[in-house]
Amino acid sequence: MSVKEATKAAPAPVRAAPEPPRPKKRNRSWDEVPRWQIYLPLSIYLVFTLIPFYWILLFSLRPAGSTSLVPWPMTFDHFEKVWTERSFGTYFQNSVLVGVVTLLMTTLVALAGGYALARFNFKIKRAFMLALLCSQFVPGALLLVPLFEIFAELQMINSLGSVIIAETVFQLPLSMILISNFIKNVPYSLEEAAWVDGCNRMTAFRIVVLPLLRPGLIAVGSFAFVHSWNHFLFALMFLNNQEKQTIPVGLNTLMGADSVDLGALAAGGIIAAVPVVIVFAFIQKWLITGFSAGAVKG
Amino acid sequence: MAQAAAVAKPPTPPRRRRASATPRRLPYLLIAPAALLMLGFIAYPVISVFYYSLQDYNPTKPWRNGFAGFDNFVQAFTDDPLFWDTLVFSAKWVFVEVGLQLLFGLALALIVNQTFAGRALGRALVFSPWAVSGVLTSAIWVLLYNSQTGITRYLADVGIGSYGTSWLSDTGSVFWAAVVADLWRGVPFFAILILADLQSVSKDLYEAAEVDGASRIKQFWHITLPHLKDAIVLSTLLRAVWEFNNVDLLYTLTGGGPAGVTTTLPLYIANTSVDAHNFGYASALTTVAFVILLFCSIVYLRLSKFGGEDK
Repeated sequence: MSVKEATKAAPAPVRAAPEPPRPKKRNRSWDEVPRWQIYLPLSIYLVFTLIPFYWILLFSLRPAGSTSLVPWPMTFDHFEKVWTERSFGTYFQNSVLVGVVTLLMTTLVALAGGYALARFNFKIKRAFMLALLCSQFVPGALLLVPLFEIFAELQMINSLGSVIIAETVFQLPLSMILISNFIKNVPYSLEEAAWVDGCNRMTAFRIVVLPLLRPGLIAVGSFAFVHSWNHFLFALMFLNNQEKQTIPVGLNTLMGADSVDLGALAAGGIIAAVPVVIVFAFIQKWLITGFSAGAVKG
Repeated sequence: MAQAAAVAKPPTPPRRRRASATPRRLPYLLIAPAALLMLGFIAYPVISVFYYSLQDYNPTKPWRNGFAGFDNFVQAFTDDPLFWDTLVFSAKWVFVEVGLQLLFGLALALIVNQTFAGRALGRALVFSPWAVSGVLTSAIWVLLYNSQTGITRYLADVGIGSYGTSWLSDTGSVFWAAVVADLWRGVPFFAILILADLQSVSKDLYEAAEVDGASRIKQFWHITLPHLKDAIVLSTLLRAVWEFNNVDLLYTLTGGGPAGVTTTLPLYIANTSVDAHNFGYASALTTVAFVILLFCSIVYLRLSKFGGEDK
């Protein structure tokens, strides 16, 4: 892997058209896979994928102590209990705050850096790219102690700011590489044309480039949101106050209780899953064509 | 952080002339926020880990703090069976997880790359666990593995296994129980990346192969796989690093137990620093983990001739 590899533009979602219809004649043997060879393994795998989802849904909706395999009679007691008694309402707010601010910061900072990487040649560019790639190998988990000390120094322990910064920092490298790839896919001549028309660089960027970047930015932003929504260790380490905890930490607390309340745990899990599922449905379109291709080349 | 966000806005160049006359410092201003954040919160912590690794440093025993030379490292290699146990378990965990995830991910990608009725829905469902967190994965599988109310009870009903089995508290089954839980979430990662790369295989190649009468297996072996090679090498590497470092799932699912049999090196490090407050020793272990990761990554990239001959 090299800087060269990373600077190579990934196919941006900007241009990604829906798969072109294939000419009939090409479809012969490659597509002549017997149907059962597709549906059989797919169904088996789907059972494996979906049973866990069904299981947690089942537990969250059926009354405590029930062993029925269908969630009937249905009850929302577990949700009420987890939302109020187990403070998931507060956790939810905190998680949303962390997720949204991380999303905004990551996208803004990565957009600025990504633009520089895509459009300029400057002295430390190579070194900077290399640093971005290397940072992929740095485990956040193993930096907990020094990070804790830094945040203690900054008086940010027990403040959501510490988690937001930590999440942003570890999201940045990949986001920046991706965004710079997306920007490279927007022809420079478009920007130059806008300058000729009297725009300055900032205006040209806003009017010409930014709208074309929207799919890429959505992918990067969603990814940042999902990551910070899911991430557990930073919140566990930097937030001691129950009022400040996030959802993954709340889930962990539920699991760690002496007698695990399975209904509450399941309901908490559903609450944790909902935003992620929504985001996932939202970005799926771009996931294959743009985002992941950039990620691999990054 | 508010400052960082404010700085992030690219400053408007003061000049009205052609933008080719953009001030030289603009690119530096643009990367400054990212560079500062990474210096402060990645580079500095990394350096301080190296520094602490040479120190006796334990906030609860301040009288013993001070320069320790290589004592921490010597202790790890000669006097700490847990270090070796967790290192071996980490290797096993990473190897099994990445291998199986790649295998299933590749198979799934090839399947959902075909044209068939219901493909969009199939893809969405297959990929859905991708976005689920480690902790949530644990929560779900804790429910599934629960001996009273979990799936084992129903499996026992149809004659698989026995009642009251708790796969997570048995030292024999806990490894595979954790592997399956992590596979559930990890396979879609590979499936998505490989599927993305499959989109760029030239259809002409298959057509030519077909004219030459190559079977589908041969086509896979000689066209698809070589095309996917770089993507596979890079994604397995990133995934291996990630699986090695990520402690969310094992921390919450098994807590490293029972009897420590599922403790990876990072989990051991986290316990050493968080519970035992032995920061110096934990830093030394972290340094060792870094070096091992770096070494393995380089060897892996060399052996796999990444980005090699056909570039």
